[in-house]
Amino acid sequence: MKRALIPLAIFLIVVGFLFKGLFLNPREVPSPLVGKPAPQFSLPRLDNPETTFSPKEMLGKVWLFNVWASWCGACRDEHPILVELSKAGFVPVIGMDYKDTRPEAQQWLDQGGNPYNIIAVDADGRVGIDYGVYGVPETYVIDKAGMIAYKQIGPVTYDALRDKIIPLVKRLQAQ
Amino acid sequence: MTLTRIIRFIAILCLLQSVSLWAQEAQPLQTNATVEVQVERLSTQLRCLVCQNQTIADSHAELAQDLKQEIREMATKGMTDQAIIDYLVSRYGDFVRYKPPFNPATSLLWLGPFGLLLAGGIGLFVMLRRRQKMTTDAPLSADEARKVSELLK
Repeated sequence: MKRALIPLAIFLIVVGFLFKGLFLNPREVPSPLVGKPAPQFSLPRLDNPETTFSPKEMLGKVWLFNVWASWCGACRDEHPILVELSKAGFVPVIGMDYKDTRPEAQQWLDQGGNPYNIIAVDADGRVGIDYGVYGVPETYVIDKAGMIAYKQIGPVTYDALRDKIIPLVKRLQAQ
Repeated sequence: MTLTRIIRFIAILCLLQSVSLWAQEAQPLQTNATVEVQVERLSTQLRCLVCQNQTIADSHAELAQDLKQEIREMATKGMTDQAIIDYLVSRYGDFVRYKPPFNPATSLLWLGPFGLLLAGGIGLFVMLRRRQKMTTDAPLSADEARKVSELLK
């Protein structure tokens, strides 16, 4: 009788693992950059291609670095949330327009509003590779010392803001 | 030569012409052969993070093309395979490698199958020993021996 229960026990263990697997997101690959300095770059700005943006300018501030593109469908979902966040004005949001064209990016902002303090343009995606971007939108929380504290893969949702990003930003700002 | 034959001949010539045009188009754009070999070798070892179950070599995702270009530039600069892999791992994590490295987090992945094989082997060994014990032959009684020898006559 006891022996007959062994296959059942193995079955239940396998079911347990598979059940847990149902709720994991294989797209969320943990970034090795968390806890490391944000890679430096200097990119032209969207509003004025003559001027550039570099993360050095943000030293001493906690900021969000949001990688987006006008061709990206999920960016459309998070855009109103970012607009609302920027209206609250409690953390600067820097955008990086990833592999996009200027007119399309501009049109996107005209339609949905501009939540960004500054937008850098990464036309060929090189800085994206430096940041390990593999699916826009992606959002990084960068602390006062220029270290990456958190990476949100996929759109910023209300839940992610409330549960993770806002508490983290507050904690980092208090430091 | 009849007219239809001439037409057929011309038609075949046209077809061959288009084939040779194609072949020209498919020529690799890069001229540095050693770099291309290295790019090819590396891109079959690295995962495209967009499609996840394809290597960079197999994938047509834009990111895969970009990464291939990045690898090509690093290879042109003379970076070794290991240096290029390290560069990508520092940005995308170990997941970018198609063959995961052996470390504490992946030890179960690497050793698990051997563990299962060992457990199965021990199980099989124990079961066979037990079965052997159950089937040890009992000596024949005198009566049975007589019957057997009669049958074998």
